[in-house]
Amino acid sequence: MTAPVSNPVSPNSGVARRIDVKNLNIYYGSFLAVKDVSMTIQPNKVTALIGSSGCGKSTFLRSLNRMHELVAGARVEGSVTIDGVDIYAPTMDPVVVRRQIGMVFQNPNPFPTMSIYDNTAAGLKLNSKRMKRSQMDTIVEKALRGAHLWEEVKDRLDKPGSGLSGGQQQRLCIARATAVEPEVLLMDEPCSALDPIATLAIEDLIDELKQKFTIVIVTHNMQQAARASDMTGFFNIEHSGDPGQLIELDETEKIFSNPVHQETEDYVSGRFG
Amino acid sequence: MTAERGIASSAAGSGRIPRWAPWAAILGTAVVLAAILTLIGFNIALLLVGTAVFSTVAIYLWARAVEGHRQGLDRAITMGISSLFALAMVPLISLLWTVASKGIDRIDVEFFTTSMRGVINDGGGILHAMTGTLIITSLATLASVPIGIMAAVYLHEYGKGKLKKILTFFVDVMTGIPSIVAGLFAFALFAIFFGPGIRMGVMGSVALSVLMIPIVVRSTEEMLRVVPDGLREASFALGVPKWRTVTKVVLPTAMAGIVTGVMLAVARIIGETAPLLITTGAFSSVNLNPFSGRMDNLPVFAYNQYRNPGVPPEPFIERAWAAALVLILIVMVLFLVARFISRRYGTELR
Repeated sequence: MTAPVSNPVSPNSGVARRIDVKNLNIYYGSFLAVKDVSMTIQPNKVTALIGSSGCGKSTFLRSLNRMHELVAGARVEGSVTIDGVDIYAPTMDPVVVRRQIGMVFQNPNPFPTMSIYDNTAAGLKLNSKRMKRSQMDTIVEKALRGAHLWEEVKDRLDKPGSGLSGGQQQRLCIARATAVEPEVLLMDEPCSALDPIATLAIEDLIDELKQKFTIVIVTHNMQQAARASDMTGFFNIEHSGDPGQLIELDETEKIFSNPVHQETEDYVSGRFG
Repeated sequence: MTAERGIASSAAGSGRIPRWAPWAAILGTAVVLAAILTLIGFNIALLLVGTAVFSTVAIYLWARAVEGHRQGLDRAITMGISSLFALAMVPLISLLWTVASKGIDRIDVEFFTTSMRGVINDGGGILHAMTGTLIITSLATLASVPIGIMAAVYLHEYGKGKLKKILTFFVDVMTGIPSIVAGLFAFALFAIFFGPGIRMGVMGSVALSVLMIPIVVRSTEEMLRVVPDGLREASFALGVPKWRTVTKVVLPTAMAGIVTGVMLAVARIIGETAPLLITTGAFSSVNLNPFSGRMDNLPVFAYNQYRNPGVPPEPFIERAWAAALVLILIVMVLFLVARFISRRYGTELR
């Protein structure tokens, strides 16, 4: 039962974690949005969640870092443990959980009043981590290099974060998320607002990042899941208004060539969705 | 107009009326109307309104004959709206012209550097009134801005359920309070402790605060609403607690808009006369202490000069107009600065 170690340079231990989900039910008030999901997310691997619109993939993703409960009336039943630590334990502070799990959103959202440097360091600065300027410089450069953005912005680190192109902004958001060295990185359709070139750059980036983090990515784009992930989970919903369910989780190759369930086969071959 | 259906019949009429047509219509109608009115009794109002109405009709008929029914209607509506706008501008321009022409006589160095201390007739100035307005408005702003912004932050970021509804309702009610009522409230409040004869600069600030707080709350709430939720989510996802998200992400993003809103609120209350009449009183010398004694200010000064002129009345009336002109100029400067800030520092939010 290892709790994350915090030290002045990196707030997290920088070790990729394994996530175990058992019988997770996610509610919006009294409406059951996601029903009875049990799965294991492997460390240092990319797990893609696919499925048609409205079947609960994003809701499930948000429950992994307790962002889901920011909606009024939202709650979960069941357990989510990260390397054995129950993140929904009553004594667990959701803010602490979110510091250890990073998230990248569909629409790039760099902070408009902050420079590129400040944006990257936001995870540290906004949490008032006191550190020497040189230490922070190192962290920012490392994060921007890791996001393949350093070469493009190194001469204008003090310019506002909103002055970049869409693809660059998304890479900035990834740099911001990785700068704090979270143990898990969640990505909610990170490429859906980007052009194919930027998408390719980000997929390459994800491939590199998995060596350091555990990555879960929700995507609408089946081909992206086939390209970029090691494991794939297929979510589906029976009728509109029913809760979403995890139908199958397996190695990507298997899901796309020889899935166990007929629904999965139907979805990946394009018969619906 | 032929009765054919189809593309051919929907084409415009045979030609277009010339570019100068609307002006010709206005000029022509004005000339004709002026001629008629000179015969039956000239009346500038009738001339203006008549020109507006008849030139619209004239341009409609002209355009319809030459261009087609739809174009004719289009031109007529354009003309009509433009005329209405011009008519609406007339009182504003008339007001500005009157104040400027009557007030300009006293705009001199003496006016801005002396007070009315020892002045019986000629001369004198508004130094005491200007310092009074500055002090009273500054105190009101100092009180209203923190309260207003914090209330708006609560209502937008934290509030929910019944308490939020009740507070929103009361803020809405407060925006409609007549200024004299705010003044009476401040007067009654201080009369409890000091008796009914009390007059102080700070009483005026209290009255103005009551008027200013709901304006600041409303405009700040609007600005907070404009900040995209995506920014808050990004901050939460980094594990930033809510209060820090508000102070370090949301408020800085909304700050330019909030500052603009505050400046507009100041411009609104700076000319309120009724509450200040009964709370601050009038005084001929400079008084820099808002907690002791009467303090004159621009609107009350202008009122008193006009209402109680001495003999001869001319210097008093002149001073009143000049004070009013100064007030208008101050408000204009505040508006311009507000626009500048909003344009220069406002963040483009996608």
